[in-house]
Amino acid sequence: MTLRSKRTLIQVAALSLVSATLALSGCGKKEEAKPAAAPAAAKPEPIKAAWIYVGPVGDAGWSFAHDLGRKAVEAKFGDAVKTTFVEKVPEGADAERVIRDLAQQGNKIIFATSFGYMDAMLKVAGEFPDVKFEHATGYKDAPNMRIYDASFYQDTYMAGVIAAAMSKSNTLGFVGSFPIPEVLRNINAFTLGAQSVNPKIKTKVVWVNTWFDPPKESEAAQSLINQGADVLLQNTDSTAVLQTAEKNGKYAFGWDSDMSAFGPKAHLASAIVDWGPYYIKAMEDLKGGTWKTDRTVWGVKEGLNDLIKINDVVPEAAKKKVGEIKAGMKDGSFEVFTGPIVDNAGKERLAKDQKADQAWRDKIDFYVKGVEGKVPSGK
Amino acid sequence: MNEWALLLAAAIASGTPVALAGLGLLLNERAGVLNLGAEGLMLMAAVTGFAVAFHTGSDVAAFAAGAAAGAAAAAVFGAMVIWLNTNQYATGLALSLFGAGFSAFVGVGLVGKKLADRSLHEVPVLGELPFVGPMLFQQHPMAYVALAMTAAIVWFLYRTRSGLVLRSIGESPESAHALGYRVRLIRLAAVVAGGALCGLAGAFLSVVYAPMWVEGLVAGRGWIALALTTFATWRPVRVLFGAYLFGGVTMLQFHLQGQGVQIASQLLAMLPYLSTILVLVLISRNANWLRVNMPASLGRAFHPGQ
Amino acid sequence: MSLHLERRSQPSVVMTWASPFMALFLTTVLAGTLFALLGKDPMRGLSMFFVEPLANLRLIGEVLLKATPLVLCALGLAVCYRSNVWNIGAEGQFLLGAICASGAALWLAGLGLPGVTGGSAGTGPGAEAAIRGLYAPVVLLAGVLGGMAWAGLTAWLKDRYNANEILVSLMLVYVAQQLLNYLVFGPWKDPQGFNFPQTPSFDGTMLLPSLLGGTRLHAGSVLALLAVVGFAIFLFRSWQGFQLQVGGLAPAAARFAGFSERRALWAALLISGAMAGLAGAMEAAGPLQRLTPHVSTGYGFTAIIVAFVGRLHPAGILVGGLLLSMVLIGGELAQSRMGLPNALTGVFQGLLLFLLLACDTLVTHRVRWKPRSPSSSQVATAAESPS
Repeated sequence: MTLRSKRTLIQVAALSLVSATLALSGCGKKEEAKPAAAPAAAKPEPIKAAWIYVGPVGDAGWSFAHDLGRKAVEAKFGDAVKTTFVEKVPEGADAERVIRDLAQQGNKIIFATSFGYMDAMLKVAGEFPDVKFEHATGYKDAPNMRIYDASFYQDTYMAGVIAAAMSKSNTLGFVGSFPIPEVLRNINAFTLGAQSVNPKIKTKVVWVNTWFDPPKESEAAQSLINQGADVLLQNTDSTAVLQTAEKNGKYAFGWDSDMSAFGPKAHLASAIVDWGPYYIKAMEDLKGGTWKTDRTVWGVKEGLNDLIKINDVVPEAAKKKVGEIKAGMKDGSFEVFTGPIVDNAGKERLAKDQKADQAWRDKIDFYVKGVEGKVPSGK
Repeated sequence: MNEWALLLAAAIASGTPVALAGLGLLLNERAGVLNLGAEGLMLMAAVTGFAVAFHTGSDVAAFAAGAAAGAAAAAVFGAMVIWLNTNQYATGLALSLFGAGFSAFVGVGLVGKKLADRSLHEVPVLGELPFVGPMLFQQHPMAYVALAMTAAIVWFLYRTRSGLVLRSIGESPESAHALGYRVRLIRLAAVVAGGALCGLAGAFLSVVYAPMWVEGLVAGRGWIALALTTFATWRPVRVLFGAYLFGGVTMLQFHLQGQGVQIASQLLAMLPYLSTILVLVLISRNANWLRVNMPASLGRAFHPGQ
Repeated sequence: MSLHLERRSQPSVVMTWASPFMALFLTTVLAGTLFALLGKDPMRGLSMFFVEPLANLRLIGEVLLKATPLVLCALGLAVCYRSNVWNIGAEGQFLLGAICASGAALWLAGLGLPGVTGGSAGTGPGAEAAIRGLYAPVVLLAGVLGGMAWAGLTAWLKDRYNANEILVSLMLVYVAQQLLNYLVFGPWKDPQGFNFPQTPSFDGTMLLPSLLGGTRLHAGSVLALLAVVGFAIFLFRSWQGFQLQVGGLAPAAARFAGFSERRALWAALLISGAMAGLAGAMEAAGPLQRLTPHVSTGYGFTAIIVAFVGRLHPAGILVGGLLLSMVLIGGELAQSRMGLPNALTGVFQGLLLFLLLACDTLVTHRVRWKPRSPSSSQVATAAESPS
């Protein structure tokens, strides 16, 4: 054996010895699977609830919004609830481990806030029948796992109305992350809303193929502006698009949270989501024993989605129209996707006066007329 | 016509941070040190620069702070690979990893914070020229800094004695040592200077280009810069060219998407990388010519006499 | 008087044993301080990284599961780096392996071969597919070929056009990522999947057989262990392995001895591409059971670290892979059990790596207090005169 490999082998053995020692000492102490029971006094044991996020909590976007919802639960229930969260959980094979560990640690309800956790959560749900599992934006369920979702497209429709009122070039721009159904819905609703005010509106779409890369979002926004778009919308998570619009003297919207501070002149409104009401309802279901499997899709009506902080420069007529639409959404009379809807290849997708149902909305895989390009899904 | 000018302008803006980082790495590599930690350096500089810009409101101070942060981190790296003779590749990777975590960690309080508003920059008179005006003279000053840096580094490497010494150390540190040059100190100086440039690039990203701080802001641009130094066969002007090419094709594929081109966006997104490979292949075909350019001692540790 | 690092004539046996201990000790001290500064219990924090991941059978299984792709990729990379071929693109080769394996799994299932049930496998409670793993070898082979092809592209461009392999392999990583996106958003998208980016679940016959009930371990981990032994034999006992290493350590000598540089380039890249592709295939056919954009969490890049921590030696890589896997899982546990921020894990890992590398120096160098050596100042004054 050469000297070098002998030395390496010894080194490797040393490293193994270290690890083994640590491991053996670990076998002695097993981590408690359940929290220590509260002393037998007046206070009942707090219910443990956990959230897993796909991004960092501080991303001021999607995960941030969910975390605000978690904090709302803490504020409402105080000592009766103990919350935990794990951020930046990858959506692949690792998710199963994290969810399982949270279940084993005594959490009675677990919220998975991204589509990619679906299969992992389903598997763990099968092993922990006493724990409730809630999956955002998915489609698989189980006796102890249910689905919840938001209706961003309602926000984007209203944004479209405002955009059409403000656009001089009749060209809108959309910075998209990935061509998943929700984003296509948002783009289509944006365009339809704008076309309800000005039928000549066109929308250009640029995909950045990432949820989060602010410099790239800036570049995409700049490219859209260079191509003539003067009002931008996004579904990526940062303020980059808005800031780029501000720099260029164009308009844009905030996304997921109130972004008005980031583009005082450019900011027309913010399309937000407030998960607080839903999370509080879920906790109440759990506490009251009324938790059951279903698919909950909330929107403007339940206070989950909203378009807020509308800029004063928006004309009164547009603001009034948005107000009317919002009222219609709140009482359930207004459906964003109402026929006739034609896709941008000319095919009719929804007949005149027909209102789309949830199934139709879920299956959107096309662009409506006025959106330029082809949906990047190989069809 | 104007659209093309705007496209080229965007290419230059996009390429500027990558060019700066690439130039910094070039200095490192000319001295024979391969720094795989560029990404970590840029991240640490980005968070530092943003913090300074946020608290002082001064961009210049922010850039200086970013450069200082990059230089400091590079100094640690340099000390390890030059004096402790740790493996350059592994140490660089450790730096990348550490930098990512560290910057995320200290930057937690800065997420969602906003810097003072900026206006577009324009050079008076020249900025009004047709085509060339929007393309070249409406850039942020840092773009001109990148150009100036390129020129300065070319002058330094090929026209000064110190540059010659640096290059000779990169080719054969043993010979330079025999001649009495303090190889390790000079290498450290190159690493620190390179780190400062990477830091400048990182600060530019967070203070001007994005402008914001979130973890992972650099999103792989450090790696692109690294790849570009090999693409550029270690010549400064080519680093600049490579950066602009890469930025340009990135903006081009966005442009194509916006135009409604009937190609899937993911395939278009491959274009910047494929075009870089293509141009590299075209450049590299002459083997002898390529060998002459790569610093011979790149990546190898140097041991001064016992 | 100053502190000098002096090269030893022989690597120190004492330090070889002591250096990992020192590194781990220093890491625990520094990290513990950091935890304490954050107001968290330092001992508990450290136990999250070093003890907790081994606390029960299930978690040990997870450590082994996560280490499998790391070890496989790192073994291939070690061969590359020993041959002085700087393959940074293992991540791309991993993805191509996953892609090709998935393609094979989907295509085979569509052929109506015996045993294929045509349903989704094991994602719900109690679902068991028939003869699990019947066609898995074909699926894995497809992955191997996919990874080899992608690495072969890098080899070809270097061989034919002298294109630097660092750049090409890195650029191809990004191309591979976009290719994956394209496939799962487009042609391979699950028609029952509500338009979400994923392929249909693989049939049970395509999946890797399970190894241990109560864990997610699959047969792939055994393959990884066999690979460790295989590579040790290849590198240190075989003629080809010897050639490759000489080519890396002393290229001129290798040329004189007639060892073909071209053969070495191709062999190194094809081998590492095969290993990375195998790892990718295992990830898709093992824990994930379909193809999604998230099939890799940066395994190809983490494997580079594992390769160096293991000093490019198969046994070292095995230990390094386990260690890194443990620390990664520990980071998750630190978050979920103690509320330690995620960013801290990166700091911890980087710190550990730095210290491991720094302490390694003591194996080959010793620390000495020395007066300023007269010889160096003589050379300095002599240098003033010429040129």
